[in-house]
Amino acid sequence: FMQRGLDSQTKKQLEEEEKKIISEEHWYLDVPDLKEKESCIIEERSFLRCEDLVYGRMSFKGFNPEIEKLMVQMNSKCKEEEIEEDDKMEADVSDEEMARRYETLVGTIGKKFLRKRDQRVLKDDDEDEDDEEGNSDTIPSKRAKKMFLKPQD
Amino acid sequence: MAAERGMAAEALVGQVVLPGDLLLLPAHYDEDAEGERLRLSAGAAPQGRLLCGPGLRRSGAGLLVTKCGLLRHRPGGGGAYWVDSQQKRYVPVKGDHVIGIVTAKAGDVFRLDVGGSEPASLSYLAFEGATKRNRPNVQVGDVIYGQFVVANKDMEPEMVCIDSSGKSSGMGIIGQDGFLFKVSLGLIRKLLAPKCEIIKELSQLYPFELVLGMNGRIWVKAGTVQQTLIIVNILEACEYMTAEQRKEALAKLSGN
Repeated sequence: FMQRGLDSQTKKQLEEEEKKIISEEHWYLDVPDLKEKESCIIEERSFLRCEDLVYGRMSFKGFNPEIEKLMVQMNSKCKEEEIEEDDKMEADVSDEEMARRYETLVGTIGKKFLRKRDQRVLKDDDEDEDDEEGNSDTIPSKRAKKMFLKPQD
Repeated sequence: MAAERGMAAEALVGQVVLPGDLLLLPAHYDEDAEGERLRLSAGAAPQGRLLCGPGLRRSGAGLLVTKCGLLRHRPGGGGAYWVDSQQKRYVPVKGDHVIGIVTAKAGDVFRLDVGGSEPASLSYLAFEGATKRNRPNVQVGDVIYGQFVVANKDMEPEMVCIDSSGKSSGMGIIGQDGFLFKVSLGLIRKLLAPKCEIIKELSQLYPFELVLGMNGRIWVKAGTVQQTLIIVNILEACEYMTAEQRKEALAKLSGN
C-alpha cells in the first residue's frame, strides 16, 4: 500500500481517513468526565485505630516477669510523652554517682596514654601526696636513675 | 419514602444511632469546599483525615450508620467517629490480636478456630525463630495468641505470630494450665481501655496472668485452681454488674 512518489498531501489524507475509521469504531462514554474527588475520610473496620486499646497480654504481681516487661514496653510505645518525664526517675545510676565515676575515670584512662617519663612523674607526684611526713630523703634513692651497667669483663 | 435529612455528627456523639441514619460532617471535610480549604483559614481545620470507624460507612454527603449503638468521637489525630455496638459474634479484622485454638494440621499450615465464620490459617514459619528445619512445637488443641494479616470477606483469614519486625512480642503458643472462656466483644473492649478499673481492682487481689483476645476469648491463669475460677467468675459477671456491686464482691473476696 506504500506507493513510491506519493504526494505528502495525499499521504496525510489517507492517514486521516484511517484514523477516522479507527476512532469511530472505538466505544466511548457519552458522559462528562467525573472529577476524581480527593476524599478526606478513611474507612476503618478495626477498633484498635479508633480507641487507645492496651496490649492484650497482661500479668500482675510478678506472675510472669517476661510479660510484665512486655507490658511496659508495649504501653510505652503508645505513651511516649510520659516516658520522657519519667526518665530521670528510672535512671539506674544517679547523676552524682555518674559525676564521681567520671572524675576518676578520666584520670585512669588519661594515664594509659602517657609516655613512660610522664608516668614516672605522675607516680612521684602521687607518692609525694600520699606521704604527708615528706620522707623526701628516701625517695631520691628510689628515684636513682637506672643507668646502663657495663658488663664487667 | 422520603429520604431523611441527615443530622450533624457532632450533635449525636454519645447518643444512640440506628442503621440508616445519615450523619453530616462539618464543612471542611466536604469536597465541594476545596477552594475554601486551600485558603489559610483561621478556623480550627484538623490536619489529618477523618477516620470512619466500625459501624459507619462513607456515603456522598456524609457518613451512613450501619450498626446500632452509641456514637463515639475522638478529637485527636484528625478526628475519628465510630459506633460502639455490642455483639457476641466476631468478624475477623486485619490487625486484631486474637486467641485461636488449633483444630487441624494440614501440611505446612495450621487451622485455627477463632470464632469467625471460617477457620483461620497459620503457617508454621510465622513464629519467631522458625525455619524449615526448626519447626514450632504446635499440637492440635493448643491455644495460640496471634494477629490477623489478611482478613476480608472474600478470603480465608490468615494469622501470624510475629509482628512486622519479626519479633514475637508476646504472641505464640500460650502455655499450659489456665482457663479459656468466652465473653461478649463489648466487655473485651472495656477491659482493654487504657484505664480500666476492673483490671486494676483485680490486680490487687493476687498474682495472675491474663490474655485477652479481640474475638471475645479470655485466658486466665492464677496460682491455684480456686483463684483462677474466682477471676473467671468476676470477669464474666462484670458485664452486668455495676461498679458498686463489683467493689462489694471484691471486698468480700479480699476479706476472705
